Amino acid sequence: MTNDTKTPKGISRRGLLKTGAAATGAIVGSGLITGFPTIWAQNPITLRQFGTGVSNINAIAEKCKADLGITLEMTATDSDAAAQRAVTQPDSYDIADIEYWILKKVFPAGVIQPMDIKKLKYYDKIVPLFKTGKLKPDSVIAQGTAPHTVGYVEAPGDKTFAKGETQFFTMVPTIYNADTLGIRPDLVGRDITSWADIMDPAFKGKTSILNIPSIGIMDAAMIMEALGNIKYADKGNMTKDEIDATIDFLIKAKQDGQFRAFWKSFDESVNLMASGEVVIQSMWSPAVAAVRSKGIACKYQPLKEGYRSWGGGLGLAAHLEGAQLDAAYEYINWYTSGWVGGYLNRQGYYSAAMDTAKEFMSADEWGYWIEGKPATGDIMSPEGKVMEKAGAVRDGGSFEERMGKVACWNSVMDEDRYMVKRWNEFIAA
Amino acid sequence: MAATITDEDTQIAGPAKPPITAYIGRIASRVASYLQAVPLALILGFFFLLPILMIAVVSFWDYDFAGLYPDFLTMNYTDTLGSWVTWKTYLNTLKYTAMVWGLTLLIGFWVAYFLAFHIRTTTMQMVLFLVCTVPFLTSNIIRMISWIPVLGRNGLVNTTLIEMGIIPSPIEWLLYSDFAVVLAMVHLNTLFMVTPIFNTLMRIDRSLIEAARDAGANGWQILWNVIIPLAKPGIAIGSIFVVTLVMADFSTVQVMSGGQSASVALMMKNQMSLLQYPAAAANAVVLLIVVLLMVAAILRVVDIRKEL
Repeated sequence: MTNDTKTPKGISRRGLLKTGAAATGAIVGSGLITGFPTIWAQNPITLRQFGTGVSNINAIAEKCKADLGITLEMTATDSDAAAQRAVTQPDSYDIADIEYWILKKVFPAGVIQPMDIKKLKYYDKIVPLFKTGKLKPDSVIAQGTAPHTVGYVEAPGDKTFAKGETQFFTMVPTIYNADTLGIRPDLVGRDITSWADIMDPAFKGKTSILNIPSIGIMDAAMIMEALGNIKYADKGNMTKDEIDATIDFLIKAKQDGQFRAFWKSFDESVNLMASGEVVIQSMWSPAVAAVRSKGIACKYQPLKEGYRSWGGGLGLAAHLEGAQLDAAYEYINWYTSGWVGGYLNRQGYYSAAMDTAKEFMSADEWGYWIEGKPATGDIMSPEGKVMEKAGAVRDGGSFEERMGKVACWNSVMDEDRYMVKRWNEFIAA
Repeated sequence: MAATITDEDTQIAGPAKPPITAYIGRIASRVASYLQAVPLALILGFFFLLPILMIAVVSFWDYDFAGLYPDFLTMNYTDTLGSWVTWKTYLNTLKYTAMVWGLTLLIGFWVAYFLAFHIRTTTMQMVLFLVCTVPFLTSNIIRMISWIPVLGRNGLVNTTLIEMGIIPSPIEWLLYSDFAVVLAMVHLNTLFMVTPIFNTLMRIDRSLIEAARDAGANGWQILWNVIIPLAKPGIAIGSIFVVTLVMADFSTVQVMSGGQSASVALMMKNQMSLLQYPAAAANAVVLLIVVLLMVAAILRVVDIRKEL
């Protein structure tokens, strides 16, 4: 009896809440609240951003709050978890901060909405690498998941990428860089010029590559090709036979004792290098800086075959609409307006809109980080630590020299699962 | 709870049997013992049985990078058991287990024997036993990583030996090798052997040893025929600890071999970091079965309850 009387009440109360929520949604959605920066302070907006790249940098969230009044809730994850979350929990984030090869995996699920370039204030300033794949008109397009190949769709709602530049941009690039081998110039005892040098018998038991399958296989591919063992159609998308050849080669090198260790995390790579266990290895640029900060010589050696490059960007979640969508555009326009770019460039990464970033860097910083000129004064990290003394020149030189020589982008292969399986065999062998 | 249940029972059972009080008493005691078992059953059920059941269920599911799909596939098992990597990895893990077990048993028994029979006062025994546990006040990871600067190419051991002129160039196999893995594992796990063996040795009636000596046994005969048989339960318990810990280890193998060796748990961890949960679950089920068989074998040889 009591149940009978109670039930309708519950429904009506819930109904009321529903109508209320719908009304609020309608007000927000109808554009009664429009996107002026001043409004966020009065009517606070929170954007939930998750991912692998810039989401690790708190200074950006603080500056965003100060400049726009938008609260950024940032969650950092590793790339596999990011790919999974992007697809399985599309309502749990507003901005996805993911790498381009992850975008290639998740975009077909319809969880990211493309951006209208007409709403992107600094679209024209974004470096052409992300639009055409060419840094300069005469550059060669690199292999792998090059950002421009997943950069556009023909129309909102499309699940396949457009061939060329269109009005709908899938992600605004944030940070990217060119990776190569790190060496101990004091211990290698000769010039290192090629990816093949890591297999030199002279360095037996003194080399390392990273044990992250999707990236490790690319470094291995650069080495294989430099040795002249194989010519890949696309290093970023190998066939099963190419994977087999690459892994068999790695297994043989391992059994011959060429490698000292395989590293999985940033600190492991730093320790291997700093302790002298390894004299030449796969490395990331912040790790090279970390070894140098201990007063140990370490060089991020440019190699003749070119760099393995990676890049990430910000994508808008499909569910964003109304005021939140406006805020997201506002955030992305702020992002490309220069302050963040300067910050990232000073960390040794590259930013998407170089022209705007330049205004937020001193002439010396711009000269050192981007133009490849010797530093005239001490070079400071964004946190105010001395990174390089006056006179230092960046390894690899200028932005154009480094990003102009990209051989391959981080990528996801069609035979991904097979590759991971074979990679595990390499580690167990 | 107890009260209401017994009340209902009396109402139903009441008319049937005349000696009601005795009947209630019997029911109550039976219910009470069940009630006493409830908390443990709930804890084990929720935190032990249920998770294992879930792992077993998930091991039959399908997956891709985005998620898990309920299904009934044996693919995860055929992939695991059909690959030479799995067999090689199991063999490698069993090799580590055998070596670490042998060494911890030898060292652990030695230390426990010294503490139990050569230290005269109980106070001193306790003090020295606590000294054994001191390294355990720091974390596992720290104790393991501390070996790296000691064993490295430019580490303490190598630089000392070179400066003393004993070796011309650094010994490479000290670090990032099987030697390093076993060394670190023995260091980490010996105490798990010492404690239970020390415990059983302390319970041995000293008059048994005197009797053996009176009967003309020498030191080795006493050790072999009296002490070791009586220490078996401790050895068995210590062995279970060491075997299960080493079989499930991934961090020591990863760090000390420099990622060059594989262990079963490391294989699982790799699969999990690639979000291949069902494959990892299948591996976990296989490992669980293997470890249970090993524990069963140990218990088959030594009846812990009988001899405690």
